[in-house]
Amino acid sequence: MADAVPTATVPRPMRQANSALGRRRKRIDRVVSVFAYVSTAIGLFFLAWLLVTLFGRGFAAFNLSVFTLSTAPPGSNGGLLNAMVGTLIQTALGTAIGAPIGLLVGTYLAEYARNTWLGNVVRFVSDILLSAPSILIGLFVYQLIVINTGGFSGWAGVAALAIIVIPVVVRTTEDMLRLIPDTLREAAIGLGSPKWVMIRFVCYRAAMQGIITGVLLAIARIAGETAPLLFTSLGNLNWSTNLNEAMPSLPITIYQYAASPYDDWIALAWVGALIITIAVLALNILARYVIRTEPSKK
Amino acid sequence: MGMRRGGVGVGIVMQQAASAAVLGSQGAGGRARRARKSTRLGDQIFEAIVTGAGLLVLSLLGGIIVLLFIGGWPAFREFGFDFFASTEWDSVREKFGAVISVYGTLVTSIMAIVFAVPVAFGVAYFLTELAPEWLKRPIGIAIELLAAVPSIIYGMWGLFVLAPVIATYVQPPIQDLTMDIPILQDLFGGPAFGIGIFTAALILAIMILPFIAATMRDVFMQVPAIYKESAYGLGATKWEVVRNVVIPYTSSSVVGGIMLGLGRALGETMAVTFVIGNANAISPSVFATGNTIASVIALEFPEALQGSLKLSSLLALGFILFVISFIVLAASRFMLRPRLAK
Repeated sequence: MADAVPTATVPRPMRQANSALGRRRKRIDRVVSVFAYVSTAIGLFFLAWLLVTLFGRGFAAFNLSVFTLSTAPPGSNGGLLNAMVGTLIQTALGTAIGAPIGLLVGTYLAEYARNTWLGNVVRFVSDILLSAPSILIGLFVYQLIVINTGGFSGWAGVAALAIIVIPVVVRTTEDMLRLIPDTLREAAIGLGSPKWVMIRFVCYRAAMQGIITGVLLAIARIAGETAPLLFTSLGNLNWSTNLNEAMPSLPITIYQYAASPYDDWIALAWVGALIITIAVLALNILARYVIRTEPSKK
Repeated sequence: MGMRRGGVGVGIVMQQAASAAVLGSQGAGGRARRARKSTRLGDQIFEAIVTGAGLLVLSLLGGIIVLLFIGGWPAFREFGFDFFASTEWDSVREKFGAVISVYGTLVTSIMAIVFAVPVAFGVAYFLTELAPEWLKRPIGIAIELLAAVPSIIYGMWGLFVLAPVIATYVQPPIQDLTMDIPILQDLFGGPAFGIGIFTAALILAIMILPFIAATMRDVFMQVPAIYKESAYGLGATKWEVVRNVVIPYTSSSVVGGIMLGLGRALGETMAVTFVIGNANAISPSVFATGNTIASVIALEFPEALQGSLKLSSLLALGFILFVISFIVLAASRFMLRPRLAK
């Protein structure tokens, strides 16, 4: 080819045009690369800005009485103990109710209804619930439980959080169960094991890390939820571990304090924000660490 | 691969062994038959339980739709079509309409998408094409952590940190630039509060960035290497490969990811409630205060008495929000489906 068309015969302007085109293409490529670097930097910048603010303002007002005293009127040196205990109780119960249901639904989707019509509908609905506005789940529980039981209660908050947990656990459970090779199932069934024993002792064991990851992510999700609790457990500025009455929680307390005109309340809201963010981010990183160790086993 | 093939072989051998065992046990009499019966019973019980759990999920969604509609029914009945056409929200005269909050919801969410999509694309491009292998995971996790931060934290941060910055460093310079340009001066006009539609949209953009970026990254990585390599072989640059091979191949999933982000933005409550300004007004300026469905519900609910028309109107707003979110999320899911099905 090169012999047939000596370079000298290529008209000059054409060659220039070609190299100009090449330069232009390279320049565009570089511009896009720079844009990509800048975009990533923007994302990281906002995360850093958020964390710097939280640590700065949170530590400024931090003090051990946050963990030992309950919320108190402005100016009287309160803490956040009741709010933290309330969040722990509601998050623990919400997970304890929601996670097993999510596990069963995920099992149904992965083991019983892979390509059935009903299975596809359940998967679709679960995916919608996963991203549905959490405030509407609060309104739903308000209509369902709060109105019918005559008042705001910790149990209503637990119910709202459990509903949020379910689709998170469904998604990870189904994904993890589907990763298990069918040969494992065949081996168990081949040994004469009933299907439910196979699921319980083979599939759940093999998918255990993934399932735990899902539960951790679900806990992280509900620990910071505020909107669904506004209409269910309402919040309570007093010490209360009675699930039949309005119950305090950290996110609701942060909301009330941050929107208040009192400087000491706002400072405490920053402390609460720092605590909850550290907890949630730590759970997220832990969950990803758990899932990360899985592929190395293959 | 060799391992897996070996596994299949073992499985077949085991199946044969098992069927032999079954044949043997059939002759063995009552005990084995009873065992099989209880086995079948156990299986039936377990299947019934998991199916019931699946149906419970369906009934949850059905229950949300039905209860929100029932709750909102008095408002729908009282105002009729006016509820969708009225800009009023007057607690004293008990006149309620959805226009302003629906408008605020759509405008903040769409602005958030406009802000977030280019950045999300840049992040996905960086993570799939540019980043060295060791950096991909930490940066991917860091971006995803933006989605893990509770929305109340974004709200506080937006109110106390971001809003003053917008009021001093963003809005005044833009206003100076656009002061004498006819349409733009209205679009960017108004007093510099720092809170309002623009700030809400910006915070929403930060919150949905990880969802869109993660979806884009995941689908970009599923493009078969051979397609990209053939384009590189023809002398294409990285951008040309992404532009002409990766994006066409993944376009439906990319749109699905954007819709997912939109669905998240529509119903976001706490972050928006802090920074939207809660004003029942539509203004041409993006810096003006406003409200969204979720912020109205969160802020007005404590003042709404049980059984009042106001509470019913809030539930009706919730129903409208649910319908909008459902449509967007369903569309997102159908576009992401080829990816999910694998």
